[in-house]
Amino acid sequence: MEMKPTRDGYGEGLLELGKTNPQVIVLDADLAKSTRTDWFMKEYPHRFFDIGIAEQDMLGTAAGLALAGKIPFVTTYGVFVAGRAWDQIRTTISYAGLNVKIAGAHGGISVGADGATHQALEEITLMRVLPNMTLVVPCDAIETKKATIALANFKGPAYLRFAREATPVFTSESDPFQIGESITLKDGKDLTIIACGPIVFEALTAAKILNQSGISARVINMHTIKPIDKEAILKAAKETGAIVTAEEHQILGGLGGAVAEILVQNHPVPVEMIGIKDTFGESGTPEELAERYGLTANHINIAAQKVLKRKASPQ
Amino acid sequence: MVVLNEKQLQEICKDMRADILRMTERAGSGHPGGSLSAVELMAVLYFNVLNHKPQEPGWSERDRFILSKGHACPVLYSAMSRSGYFPVEELLTLRQLDSRLQGHPNMKALPGLECSSGSLGQGLSISNGLAIAAKIDKKNYRVYCLMGDGELQEGQVWEAAMTAAHYKLDNVCAIVDYNNLQIDGKVEDVKNIAPLKEKWQSFNWHVIEIDGHDLIQIFQAYEEAKGVKKKPTVIIARTIKGKGVSFMENVAGWHGKAPNKKELEAALKEIYG
Ligand SMILES: Cc1ncc(C[n+]2csc(CCOP(=O)(O)OP(=O)(O)O)c2C)c(N)n1
Ligand SMILES: [Mg+2]
Repeated sequence: MEMKPTRDGYGEGLLELGKTNPQVIVLDADLAKSTRTDWFMKEYPHRFFDIGIAEQDMLGTAAGLALAGKIPFVTTYGVFVAGRAWDQIRTTISYAGLNVKIAGAHGGISVGADGATHQALEEITLMRVLPNMTLVVPCDAIETKKATIALANFKGPAYLRFAREATPVFTSESDPFQIGESITLKDGKDLTIIACGPIVFEALTAAKILNQSGISARVINMHTIKPIDKEAILKAAKETGAIVTAEEHQILGGLGGAVAEILVQNHPVPVEMIGIKDTFGESGTPEELAERYGLTANHINIAAQKVLKRKASPQ
Repeated sequence: MVVLNEKQLQEICKDMRADILRMTERAGSGHPGGSLSAVELMAVLYFNVLNHKPQEPGWSERDRFILSKGHACPVLYSAMSRSGYFPVEELLTLRQLDSRLQGHPNMKALPGLECSSGSLGQGLSISNGLAIAAKIDKKNYRVYCLMGDGELQEGQVWEAAMTAAHYKLDNVCAIVDYNNLQIDGKVEDVKNIAPLKEKWQSFNWHVIEIDGHDLIQIFQAYEEAKGVKKKPTVIIARTIKGKGVSFMENVAGWHGKAPNKKELEAALKEIYG
């Protein structure tokens, strides 16, 4: 299977937009190579601005560009854009509903050796709580490219989360992608795994393992966390009666939290959550960290077994 | 406090350069460029200037050092181990699972680190806080803060610059590693920070400009700063990113890339001659 980091999909999406949409402007904060905005910079140097190591300034500049009718894509690592510039995003951009696209690279613990300071694990929580915000977390490089292009054609503030490491490319160019519409990758009747980002591939692998022991798991790629596909979540709850969420992010306020909020208010079923459990990351290889922080297909499989037990004998 | 003569410091600087390269080679990642540019600044500080007790990192009277440009932690880890905070062999665990030497400094993992860092632009504010506390507690410790030149693009640095001057924090000594490179290229091309001396002066700081690889100038600058009253001091140190390894010098690409085995060998040959 082809392996490619989702950040490459962002870079390719921007290149496409460079050709098709003259309103698109790209900004970076001294990480252009790493975030892949240098691809756009080389082709469209007059529509690229390096703001330097000044994330708050970059978000404010983007707000101004948006007020003048441009479509700015601001780009840096997730920790610095969602964290450092959160107030600029909240009060200047979200409040006014400005058409700024925020691209957060290096989402997740798979950032690896750089350690906790650079592993963004909070952006879903931080962005999801903002009114007017749209939040997309694509699962592979192809979907990231589609999401990048879709966000340019969509009006309003939006955050796109992608990652550093090469991960499987398992969707195809012809698969549909609509902001806000989740994709059921595999149907099933015993439980549903709802995932976002590259860990969706682990969810599919877990479903295969479960299948070997006669368990039929549905797998939903919840690429848009806000607005979340409530209908698909409730349908899954009603039809399969048990949910496992999986994300490379804090569970608190993350995808797990978002799904649970919908379920408890509408149709409570047992839920198990795979994700970071209220702790910071650390240095290590992506594989070591996925194992230590419980983010592999095997961990999803164990969570599925657990949720099925709870479904079978409710307290 | 150890005090080394110039010859001894020169030898220590060679060992520190070798440490930085060995550590990052072993880790397969990390930041050699901005670590190598700060070797002399850190060696003089840790061996001849800081009032500290490496065997007793929690000593309350110690001078504080804040590595605001946290990515350059290889040079800090090297200075710490060579001055006695932990065994030199531990350096080779950099960036590995369970190592105390995290990819960016984690103060909870390693005694002697005064703060955790890695998000640029924050160290000077932290230094100010420590310096204000020293004034309140009538303590004589000084606070040193090393920043990158690209890092000065962060607005918070200038907010902190105003704070330090406003509260007359003469126990703060900032050091700017002015290597004129950041990740995306030359600082003057990405977003110019010049004129730097005039900026700090207009913020009411005492400014000392030096060659950041000249051990004597560095020592004299730290000493001069100690004597300045009612004003914070900034040492603007002209440096070369990747200093000491010909193929790394002034090359932006060596900011965050580790040498391979062959490059390490070539580099060590250059350093030890
Ligand atoms: C707030 C923040 N933004 C971005 C980064 C990513 N980053 C790490 S090092 C670096 C360049 C630093 O350049 P400079 O300050 O000149 O350091 P030096 O040349 O001494 O290595 C950047 C952008 C970061 N660590 N923190
Ligand atoms: Mg620099």
